[in-house]
Amino acid sequence: MRIDGKGLIDRNSPIEFEFDGVSYSGYQGDTLASALLANEQRLMGRSFKYHRPRGVLTAGSEEPNALVTVGQGGTQEPNVRATMQEIYSGLSARSQNRWPSLNFDLLSVNNLAAPFLGAGFYYKTFMWPKSFWEKLYEPIIRRAAGLGALSGQNNSDKYESAYAFCDILVIGAGPTGLMAALIAGRAGADVILADENTLMGGRLLAETDAVDGKAGHIWVDEVLDELRAMDNVRLMTRTTVSGAYDQGTFSALERVLHHTNDRPDGAPLETYWRISAKRSILAAGALERPIAFRDNDRPGIMTAGAVRAYLNHWGVSPGRNITIFGNTNDIHRTARDLLSAGVHVAAVIDSRHDAPLSDDYQVLRGAQVCGSAGRTGLESITVRRASGEDRIHTDCLAMTGGWNPSVHLTCHMNGRPVWDRELAAFVPSPDAVPGMIAAGACNGAFSTAACLRQGIESAKATLTALSLKTPNVSAPDAENAPYEITQLWSVPGRGRAWLDFQNDVTVKDVKQAATENFRSVEHMKRYTTQGMATDQGKNSNVAALAILADATGRGIPETGTTTFRPPYSPIAIAAFGAGAEGSGFKPQRFTTSHHASVARNAPMIEAGLWYRPSYFPKQGETTWRQSCDREVNMVRQAVGVCDVSTLGKIDIQGPDAGAFLDFVYTNVFSTLKVGRVRYGLMLREDGYVMDDGTTARLGENHYVMTTTTAGAGDVMKHLEFVHQGLRPDLDVSFTSVTEQWAQFAVAGPKSRDLLDELIEETIDDESWPFMACGSVQVLGIPGRLFRISFSGEHAYEVAVPASYGASLFDVLSERAEALGGGLYGMEALNVLRIEKGFITHAEIHGRTTAYDVGMGRMVSQKKDCIGKTMSERPGLEEAGRERLVGLKPIGESKQLLAGAHLYNEEAEPVRTSDQGYVTSVCYSPTLETMLGLAFLADGPERYGEIVKMVDHLRGVTTLCEITNPVFFDPDGGRVRG
Amino acid sequence: MVNLIAKSPCHGILPITIGSVTLSEEDVGVIHSVSPYKGQKKALSVAMKSAYGMAYPAANRSAGKAGARIVWFGHAQAMLMGPEPNRELSELAAVVDQTDAWAVVRLEGPAVEDVLARLVPVDLRSTSFKRGHTARTLLFHMSASVTRVGEKAFQIMVFRSMAHTLVHDLKRAMEGVASRS
Repeated sequence: MRIDGKGLIDRNSPIEFEFDGVSYSGYQGDTLASALLANEQRLMGRSFKYHRPRGVLTAGSEEPNALVTVGQGGTQEPNVRATMQEIYSGLSARSQNRWPSLNFDLLSVNNLAAPFLGAGFYYKTFMWPKSFWEKLYEPIIRRAAGLGALSGQNNSDKYESAYAFCDILVIGAGPTGLMAALIAGRAGADVILADENTLMGGRLLAETDAVDGKAGHIWVDEVLDELRAMDNVRLMTRTTVSGAYDQGTFSALERVLHHTNDRPDGAPLETYWRISAKRSILAAGALERPIAFRDNDRPGIMTAGAVRAYLNHWGVSPGRNITIFGNTNDIHRTARDLLSAGVHVAAVIDSRHDAPLSDDYQVLRGAQVCGSAGRTGLESITVRRASGEDRIHTDCLAMTGGWNPSVHLTCHMNGRPVWDRELAAFVPSPDAVPGMIAAGACNGAFSTAACLRQGIESAKATLTALSLKTPNVSAPDAENAPYEITQLWSVPGRGRAWLDFQNDVTVKDVKQAATENFRSVEHMKRYTTQGMATDQGKNSNVAALAILADATGRGIPETGTTTFRPPYSPIAIAAFGAGAEGSGFKPQRFTTSHHASVARNAPMIEAGLWYRPSYFPKQGETTWRQSCDREVNMVRQAVGVCDVSTLGKIDIQGPDAGAFLDFVYTNVFSTLKVGRVRYGLMLREDGYVMDDGTTARLGENHYVMTTTTAGAGDVMKHLEFVHQGLRPDLDVSFTSVTEQWAQFAVAGPKSRDLLDELIEETIDDESWPFMACGSVQVLGIPGRLFRISFSGEHAYEVAVPASYGASLFDVLSERAEALGGGLYGMEALNVLRIEKGFITHAEIHGRTTAYDVGMGRMVSQKKDCIGKTMSERPGLEEAGRERLVGLKPIGESKQLLAGAHLYNEEAEPVRTSDQGYVTSVCYSPTLETMLGLAFLADGPERYGEIVKMVDHLRGVTTLCEITNPVFFDPDGGRVRG
Repeated sequence: MVNLIAKSPCHGILPITIGSVTLSEEDVGVIHSVSPYKGQKKALSVAMKSAYGMAYPAANRSAGKAGARIVWFGHAQAMLMGPEPNRELSELAAVVDQTDAWAVVRLEGPAVEDVLARLVPVDLRSTSFKRGHTARTLLFHMSASVTRVGEKAFQIMVFRSMAHTLVHDLKRAMEGVASRS
């Protein structure tokens, strides 16, 4: 029911919205919860396990009951708290966990089965047979019990992540936070003030007490005006600080656009902030706790603070005939507010025997509410007094069991809160998070005056710690009523008294856990599920552990709390991963020929972050094999061009460059002539092969090393480590030039013909023999030429500065085509190298040595190198090691498969008779057969023998001849031209 | 004879302006990495000072202006942007041509810090990251060099091959910031 003249809503801006398909009207500034209550819609959801009807319990982010689903399809968002969702024109929200409808939910039969569904029910019941759990029990349980669901479609909303830095982060903008931010701001500190609500002000917007002689919200507005005018203060509303991490880092979720349908392109729905603060002030306030009594979960029963918030902030009375129940002076504040707003108060039930009396309303002292009645909402309560039990008609019960300081963030770095007997609440232990001061209600200060005072004190202490001057400020006059709580956790009696509304956990469940020896609070939590799901027990933790303490005969401090972990309130995975969805997962590295390759319909494959063309399909080719075979033949018979820019290129300079290379490579480079290239093998410290590649000597003290595409980063890191950590005595410097040069392989018998047209210098066998290198002019541009070959053909690699890469690629492909050749991709490159028995990371996969790959002799005996000693360990050169061989199919099956294992022909193909495995295979159009590279026990000593390849996964068995891994042109005549 | 045509890393995808912020490609001329040989840092600094009026930069600092800039680039490495390195430099340091290795862009506008705050995890507030300050850091998932070159202007460098991702990520951040104003 809307109350005239109350609330901070804009009555000039009515808004239409939908809930469960029904149209409602509210005002700008309403939450879904306040607008539904204004429309007297109390039923908002069904409970998790028993499908009991539920309405709002709170008015804030701790709401356990009123969870709804907003949006459709990819943007559908479940478990949105109606208390946090602002209404907007076009909002369509749906209730959850009910079928077929909220009012008539068939699954509420679970409620009748309640005697069987208590704590530990699932654990005890669905034990056997074991296989039924996954297939039968779990799906049924999940269907019956649950909250909202995702759509199963990709989320089309945009999310964002961002970083922020400040001197002082103030968490929460109630009286404490506002006061602290004001002082810190005036002192010139760089301040971020974050608050999870739409409007800053905290409880000052929900109460009627004056601050500094004016209405609370007026004082708030004045403070905010001053803060807004400061350049050094940043106000972040709708922003929940969700976690406290090391060294002053905080996470925060900003709900940017949940409150509107107007979502411009590119605008984020949410922003996930990482805030680094030199100091922080936690002013997170406190959460009111319910009292457990029989059937205390009916819609219409809510916390007293929520009733005042709906009344004073949103101008809504949650009922027409309200009763109030509790154990602190707050209940009288509630009665006063309701009466002054003209709402009928049916009774005030104060559990304290010494409660104050009132002239304006009846106070039942020493009384307790012990039950409630009503079908889908509250109709009456039962009050128990010494004289007996009475039924009182009411449509709303405002209850308060006291307040729990929001200590959560102080516990995120393993701090444990401390029990305050007088407040009957846990308060933060000081310095639980380095650099953070807890102040105000979250620190157990429960009057406005005390909050303002602690706001000032915390700001002054923080400014002093930052060596900033503290301005002189005195606290404004404010409410300073005593709290005077008498502990009351639950009202004894039969029936179910609810503790955790979100997980349907009752007082009996907690006692049952204790009886069954789940006496640790952490065990009780897991056994009963108390404190799980979206509210993480914000409304029930303390009451549950108080009851556990009682049931186990311990005190509350000894029983302790469960562990508070981030996030404080739920955060969508989409917000954590903002920007990293799809191709945003990692950077894409494109070569200078990328666009030309894509334009030729080349399928691109990923090699690390790089994209490389698989093959270049010609018209009429329908399979990759057709293209690949053509490209291989083209290289063997004419000329092919391939972009090899992705290979790592490291410029190495300095007087000790040669000595350094001798140290990192197994073979010698200091003796390499200027203008020559040598193949090198690099070992890890443990003696296994790390990477291979060619290194060219461009000058006396100048080399260029190439690495594999995948190994480029690791090799660079390795070189830096070796230099800085092991050989700082050597004067040498490394610079990655992978990106500087666009480099193309030009391979095939006609490669020289092609290059002759482009390169100014004369290229013949005398000036450019195999493994020569040097500077050349490529169509007038200074470039580099290397006569090296990964195909076994007469071949070159030509490099130009990357700006010219795209242009040179076009020229090369055009000229190659004119010579009967063309472009080739990774598939053909792979076939060409397998035909020649050249290794890649398929062979040097981290578990093979130089000896294994047939390069044992490349480990120079004349010098030391990284990994040399370890490569001589016993076992690494012994008989029976699996070593590199070639395989050719000889039986009926002609198929070779990488990953298949090798067995002796007559042996049973089982693990114990394993002889080795296949690493690379291809169909060789040159030799017209499949070829394989494999590691086989004593392989090189078994050329000519037969071995059986078995692929257990794909069910293929092929007899193979063991051969030298160099299948084609074994004496290397072609490469020399 | 055909001529090779040079293409800049961000050819065809820049400039763009979204909201108050403009992202454009910078033509800074030639770029050379300069890594002092053992014990030569001081001599190198003197030589650079006399040749270009800029000393070898301290960590996280840059010097110079558009057309001639030196930017600290990591352990024992700085980028000389603009001037051709002279012979003396090559005697004191490993000098490597990097002109084509880096995509160099300029991000400028009133909300430039807000845009970078969406991608760069270091404190770029003008109070702590002043003109001439530089950082090797991340730009979303990429390793980058970020330098404040003006009150509301930053120079950003990433690998040339990542130019496309650089523009994609910055554009996304610019749209996010612009949508709030």
